[in-house]
Amino acid sequence: MSIAWNAFTPASALIGGAIIGAAAALFAVLNGRIAGVSGILGGLARPQAGDLSWRIAFVAGLVAAPLVWAFLAALPEIRVDSSYPALVAAGLLVGIGTRYGGGCTSGHGVCGVSRASPRSIAATVAFMAAGFATVFVARHLIAP
Amino acid sequence: MMCTTASFAAGFVFGLGLLVAGMANPAKVLAFLDLAGAWDPSLALVMAGAIAVGAGAFAFVKDRTRTLLGAPVLLPSPRRIDTRLILGSLVFGVGWGLAGICPGPALVLAGTGSAKGLAFLAAMIAGNGVFEFLEKKKRVAPGPAPMRSS
Repeated sequence: MSIAWNAFTPASALIGGAIIGAAAALFAVLNGRIAGVSGILGGLARPQAGDLSWRIAFVAGLVAAPLVWAFLAALPEIRVDSSYPALVAAGLLVGIGTRYGGGCTSGHGVCGVSRASPRSIAATVAFMAAGFATVFVARHLIAP
Repeated sequence: MMCTTASFAAGFVFGLGLLVAGMANPAKVLAFLDLAGAWDPSLALVMAGAIAVGAGAFAFVKDRTRTLLGAPVLLPSPRRIDTRLILGSLVFGVGWGLAGICPGPALVLAGTGSAKGLAFLAAMIAGNGVFEFLEKKKRVAPGPAPMRSS
Protein backbone atom coordinates (compact mmCIF):
# COMPACT_ATOMS: atom_id res chain seq x y z
CA MET A 1 0.00 0.00 0.00
CA SER A 2 1.22 3.48 -0.86
CA ILE A 3 -0.60 6.61 0.23
CA ALA A 4 -1.28 9.08 -2.57
CA TRP A 5 -0.31 12.19 -0.60
CA ASN A 6 -1.02 14.46 -3.57
CA ALA A 7 -4.63 13.21 -3.77
CA PHE A 8 -5.25 13.01 0.01
CA THR A 9 -7.42 15.93 1.18
CA PRO A 10 -7.64 15.59 4.98
CA ALA A 11 -9.07 19.05 5.73
CA SER A 12 -11.91 19.07 3.19
CA ALA A 13 -12.62 15.40 4.03
CA LEU A 14 -13.03 16.17 7.75
CA ILE A 15 -15.04 19.38 7.15
CA GLY A 16 -17.22 17.74 4.49
CA GLY A 17 -17.71 14.76 6.80
CA ALA A 18 -18.73 17.05 9.66
CA ILE A 19 -21.27 18.75 7.35
CA ILE A 20 -22.68 15.31 6.40
CA GLY A 21 -22.85 14.48 10.12
CA ALA A 22 -24.63 17.79 10.76
CA ALA A 23 -27.22 16.91 8.10
CA ALA A 24 -27.81 13.51 9.72
CA ALA A 25 -28.00 15.22 13.12
CA LEU A 26 -30.52 17.80 11.87
CA PHE A 27 -32.65 15.04 10.40
CA ALA A 28 -32.56 12.96 13.60
CA VAL A 29 -33.29 15.88 15.94
CA LEU A 30 -36.04 17.48 13.81
CA ASN A 31 -37.58 14.60 11.83
CA GLY A 32 -36.72 11.71 14.13
CA ARG A 33 -35.48 9.56 11.29
CA ILE A 34 -32.32 8.02 9.90
CA ALA A 35 -30.83 9.97 6.98
CA GLY A 36 -30.39 6.83 4.90
CA VAL A 37 -30.61 7.69 1.24
CA SER A 38 -31.36 4.18 -0.11
CA GLY A 39 -34.24 3.73 2.35
CA ILE A 40 -35.68 7.21 1.76
CA LEU A 41 -35.58 6.65 -2.00
CA GLY A 42 -36.83 3.06 -1.69
CA GLY A 43 -39.88 4.18 0.32
CA LEU A 44 -41.04 6.13 -2.73
CA ALA A 45 -41.65 2.79 -4.44
CA ARG A 46 -44.35 1.96 -1.86
CA PRO A 47 -46.31 5.20 -1.69
CA GLN A 48 -48.30 5.61 1.52
CA ALA A 49 -50.41 8.63 2.50
CA GLY A 50 -48.45 11.11 4.62
CA ASP A 51 -45.19 9.33 3.94
CA LEU A 52 -44.29 10.90 0.62
CA SER A 53 -43.61 14.61 1.07
CA TRP A 54 -40.66 14.31 3.48
CA ARG A 55 -39.05 11.67 1.25
CA ILE A 56 -39.44 13.79 -1.88
CA ALA A 57 -38.15 16.86 0.03
CA PHE A 58 -34.99 15.05 1.19
CA VAL A 59 -34.24 13.73 -2.31
CA ALA A 60 -34.94 17.19 -3.78
CA GLY A 61 -32.49 18.71 -1.28
CA LEU A 62 -29.73 16.33 -2.37
CA VAL A 63 -30.35 17.09 -6.05
CA ALA A 64 -30.60 20.85 -5.38
CA ALA A 65 -27.23 21.05 -3.59
CA PRO A 66 -25.09 20.87 -6.77
CA LEU A 67 -27.54 23.12 -8.64
CA VAL A 68 -27.23 25.91 -6.07
CA TRP A 69 -23.47 25.31 -5.76
CA ALA A 70 -22.99 25.60 -9.55
CA PHE A 71 -25.01 28.82 -9.52
CA LEU A 72 -22.63 30.44 -7.02
CA ALA A 73 -19.25 28.83 -7.77
CA ALA A 74 -17.53 26.24 -9.94
CA LEU A 75 -18.35 22.66 -8.92
CA PRO A 76 -15.44 20.61 -7.50
CA GLU A 77 -13.83 18.01 -9.73
CA ILE A 78 -16.16 15.12 -10.59
CA ARG A 79 -14.75 12.33 -12.73
CA VAL A 80 -16.71 9.24 -13.80
CA ASP A 81 -14.32 6.88 -15.61
CA SER A 82 -16.62 3.83 -15.68
CA SER A 83 -18.21 2.79 -18.97
CA TYR A 84 -21.99 2.88 -19.39
CA PRO A 85 -22.37 -0.92 -19.16
CA ALA A 86 -20.35 -0.89 -15.92
CA LEU A 87 -22.45 2.00 -14.54
CA VAL A 88 -25.71 0.18 -15.34
CA ALA A 89 -24.47 -3.05 -13.74
CA ALA A 90 -23.22 -1.10 -10.71
CA GLY A 91 -26.50 0.81 -10.38
CA LEU A 92 -28.53 -2.41 -10.46
CA LEU A 93 -26.32 -4.05 -7.82
CA VAL A 94 -26.45 -0.96 -5.59
CA GLY A 95 -30.24 -0.68 -6.01
CA ILE A 96 -30.88 -4.34 -5.14
CA GLY A 97 -28.14 -4.75 -2.52
CA THR A 98 -29.00 -1.68 -0.45
CA ARG A 99 -32.63 -2.72 -0.21
CA TYR A 100 -31.86 -6.28 0.93
CA GLY A 101 -29.15 -4.94 3.22
CA GLY A 102 -31.53 -2.30 4.56
CA GLY A 103 -29.15 0.61 4.08
CA CYS A 104 -26.13 2.11 2.41
CA THR A 105 -23.15 4.31 3.22
CA SER A 106 -25.40 6.96 4.78
CA GLY A 107 -27.94 4.87 6.71
CA HIS A 108 -25.58 2.13 7.94
CA GLY A 109 -22.17 3.78 7.48
CA VAL A 110 -22.85 7.22 8.95
CA CYS A 111 -26.08 7.00 11.00
CA GLY A 112 -25.89 3.38 12.12
CA VAL A 113 -22.24 3.54 13.14
CA SER A 114 -22.96 6.85 14.94
CA ARG A 115 -25.57 4.96 16.98
CA ALA A 116 -23.16 2.06 17.52
CA SER A 117 -25.75 -0.30 16.00
CA PRO A 118 -24.20 -3.80 15.69
CA ARG A 119 -26.34 -4.44 12.61
CA SER A 120 -25.02 -1.34 10.86
CA ILE A 121 -21.43 -2.01 11.86
CA ALA A 122 -21.72 -5.52 10.37
CA ALA A 123 -23.28 -4.12 7.18
CA THR A 124 -20.57 -1.44 6.89
CA VAL A 125 -17.78 -4.00 7.29
CA ALA A 126 -19.47 -6.16 4.62
CA PHE A 127 -19.94 -3.46 1.98
CA MET A 128 -16.49 -1.97 2.60
CA ALA A 129 -14.86 -5.41 2.26
CA ALA A 130 -16.82 -6.10 -0.94
CA GLY A 131 -15.85 -2.66 -2.29
CA PHE A 132 -12.14 -3.21 -1.57
CA ALA A 133 -12.28 -6.71 -3.13
CA THR A 134 -14.13 -5.52 -6.24
CA VAL A 135 -11.67 -2.69 -6.94
CA PHE A 136 -8.76 -5.07 -6.36
CA VAL A 137 -10.16 -7.58 -8.87
CA ALA A 138 -11.10 -4.90 -11.42
CA ARG A 139 -7.86 -2.91 -11.25
CA HIS A 140 -5.18 -5.41 -10.37
CA LEU A 141 -6.39 -8.80 -11.63
CA ILE A 142 -8.57 -8.09 -14.70
CA ALA A 143 -6.95 -4.88 -16.00
CA PRO A 144 -3.58 -4.44 -14.25
CA MET B 1 -44.95 21.42 6.62
CA MET B 2 -42.16 22.18 9.09
CA CYS B 3 -40.99 18.58 8.82
CA THR B 4 -40.99 18.71 5.03
CA THR B 5 -38.90 21.89 5.11
CA ALA B 6 -36.50 20.34 7.63
CA SER B 7 -36.26 17.27 5.40
CA PHE B 8 -35.34 19.40 2.39
CA ALA B 9 -32.74 21.27 4.48
CA ALA B 10 -31.21 18.01 5.72
CA GLY B 11 -30.97 16.63 2.17
CA PHE B 12 -29.51 19.91 0.94
CA VAL B 13 -26.86 20.09 3.69
CA PHE B 14 -26.07 16.41 3.12
CA GLY B 15 -25.47 17.14 -0.57
CA LEU B 16 -23.23 20.11 0.24
CA GLY B 17 -21.23 17.93 2.62
CA LEU B 18 -20.72 15.29 -0.07
CA LEU B 19 -19.49 17.96 -2.50
CA VAL B 20 -17.12 19.56 0.06
CA ALA B 21 -15.76 16.15 1.06
CA GLY B 22 -15.10 15.18 -2.56
CA MET B 23 -17.40 12.18 -2.16
CA ALA B 24 -19.56 13.17 -5.13
CA ASN B 25 -16.46 12.42 -7.22
CA PRO B 26 -16.50 8.67 -8.05
CA ALA B 27 -12.80 8.73 -8.99
CA LYS B 28 -11.94 9.82 -5.42
CA VAL B 29 -14.16 7.13 -3.85
CA LEU B 30 -12.51 4.48 -6.04
CA ALA B 31 -9.08 5.79 -5.03
CA PHE B 32 -10.09 5.02 -1.40
CA LEU B 33 -11.28 1.52 -2.31
CA ASP B 34 -8.03 0.81 -4.19
CA LEU B 35 -5.89 -0.35 -1.29
CA ALA B 36 -3.28 -1.92 -3.56
CA GLY B 37 -2.92 1.17 -5.76
CA ALA B 38 -2.22 4.84 -5.01
CA TRP B 39 -4.43 4.91 -1.91
CA ASP B 40 -6.38 8.06 -1.02
CA PRO B 41 -7.48 7.71 2.65
CA SER B 42 -9.85 10.75 2.48
CA LEU B 43 -13.07 8.71 2.73
CA ALA B 44 -12.04 7.37 6.13
CA LEU B 45 -11.77 10.94 7.44
CA VAL B 46 -15.16 11.81 5.91
CA MET B 47 -16.69 8.93 7.89
CA ALA B 48 -14.81 9.96 11.04
CA GLY B 49 -15.99 13.58 10.75
CA ALA B 50 -19.60 12.55 10.07
CA ILE B 51 -19.72 10.01 12.91
CA ALA B 52 -18.16 12.45 15.40
CA VAL B 53 -20.93 14.98 14.74
CA GLY B 54 -23.72 12.43 14.26
CA ALA B 55 -23.03 10.48 17.46
CA GLY B 56 -23.95 13.47 19.66
CA ALA B 57 -27.27 13.99 17.91
CA PHE B 58 -28.24 10.32 18.10
CA ALA B 59 -27.37 10.23 21.78
CA PHE B 60 -29.66 13.25 22.23
CA VAL B 61 -32.70 11.68 20.49
CA LYS B 62 -32.11 8.19 21.88
CA ASP B 63 -34.44 8.43 24.88
CA ARG B 64 -36.90 10.90 23.40
CA THR B 65 -40.24 9.94 21.87
CA ARG B 66 -40.78 13.29 20.11
CA THR B 67 -38.36 15.42 18.10
CA LEU B 68 -37.81 19.17 18.58
CA LEU B 69 -40.53 19.69 15.95
CA GLY B 70 -42.88 17.32 17.80
CA ALA B 71 -42.60 14.55 15.22
CA PRO B 72 -42.38 10.96 16.51
CA VAL B 73 -38.87 9.53 16.83
CA LEU B 74 -38.78 6.58 14.40
CA LEU B 75 -35.29 5.17 14.67
CA PRO B 76 -34.91 1.50 13.69
CA SER B 77 -34.52 -0.94 16.57
CA PRO B 78 -33.73 -4.35 14.98
CA ARG B 79 -30.35 -5.66 16.08
CA ARG B 80 -30.35 -9.02 14.35
CA ILE B 81 -27.44 -9.70 12.00
CA ASP B 82 -28.77 -12.12 9.40
CA THR B 83 -27.88 -13.48 5.96
CA ARG B 84 -30.16 -10.98 4.26
CA LEU B 85 -28.29 -8.04 5.82
CA ILE B 86 -24.84 -9.41 5.01
CA LEU B 87 -25.59 -10.69 1.49
CA GLY B 88 -27.41 -7.47 0.58
CA SER B 89 -24.50 -5.38 1.87
CA LEU B 90 -21.99 -7.52 -0.05
CA VAL B 91 -23.97 -7.05 -3.27
CA PHE B 92 -24.11 -3.32 -2.60
CA GLY B 93 -20.36 -3.27 -2.00
CA VAL B 94 -19.65 -4.97 -5.34
CA GLY B 95 -21.75 -2.33 -7.14
CA TRP B 96 -20.06 0.44 -5.14
CA GLY B 97 -16.64 -0.92 -6.08
CA LEU B 98 -17.57 -1.14 -9.78
CA ALA B 99 -18.42 2.55 -10.17
CA GLY B 100 -17.51 4.36 -6.95
CA ILE B 101 -21.08 5.62 -6.57
CA CYS B 102 -23.52 4.98 -3.70
CA PRO B 103 -27.11 6.31 -3.38
CA GLY B 104 -26.39 9.79 -1.91
CA PRO B 105 -23.70 10.73 -4.41
CA ALA B 106 -25.87 9.24 -7.20
CA LEU B 107 -28.50 11.92 -6.52
CA VAL B 108 -25.88 14.68 -6.26
CA LEU B 109 -24.31 13.52 -9.55
CA ALA B 110 -27.75 13.58 -11.17
CA GLY B 111 -28.11 17.17 -9.94
CA THR B 112 -24.91 18.14 -11.74
CA GLY B 113 -26.55 16.97 -14.96
CA SER B 114 -23.93 14.26 -15.51
CA ALA B 115 -25.22 11.83 -18.15
CA LYS B 116 -23.24 9.00 -16.56
CA GLY B 117 -24.65 9.92 -13.15
CA LEU B 118 -28.17 9.80 -14.56
CA ALA B 119 -27.50 6.39 -16.16
CA PHE B 120 -26.33 5.04 -12.78
CA LEU B 121 -29.36 6.56 -11.00
CA ALA B 122 -31.78 5.06 -13.56
CA ALA B 123 -30.19 1.61 -13.08
CA MET B 124 -30.28 2.02 -9.29
CA ILE B 125 -34.01 2.84 -9.41
CA ALA B 126 -34.50 -0.19 -11.69
CA GLY B 127 -32.66 -2.27 -9.06
CA ASN B 128 -35.12 -0.95 -6.49
CA GLY B 129 -37.90 -2.09 -8.81
CA VAL B 130 -36.39 -5.58 -9.00
CA PHE B 131 -36.31 -5.74 -5.19
CA GLU B 132 -39.93 -4.57 -4.90
CA PHE B 133 -41.01 -7.11 -7.57
CA LEU B 134 -39.29 -10.03 -5.82
CA GLU B 135 -40.63 -9.01 -2.41
CA LYS B 136 -44.17 -8.65 -3.78
CA LYS B 137 -44.00 -12.06 -5.43
CA LYS B 138 -42.93 -13.54 -2.10
CA ARG B 139 -45.87 -11.89 -0.32
CA VAL B 140 -48.51 -12.85 -2.92
CA ALA B 141 -47.37 -16.46 -3.39
CA PRO B 142 -46.65 -17.93 0.05
CA GLY B 143 -47.10 -21.54 -1.09
CA PRO B 144 -47.82 -23.69 -4.16
CA ALA B 145 -50.84 -22.79 -6.27
CA PRO B 146 -54.02 -24.75 -5.42
CA MET B 147 -54.68 -27.78 -7.64
CA ARG B 148 -57.59 -27.61 -10.03
CA SER B 149 -59.95 -30.52 -10.60
CA SER B 150 -60.91 -31.20 -14.20
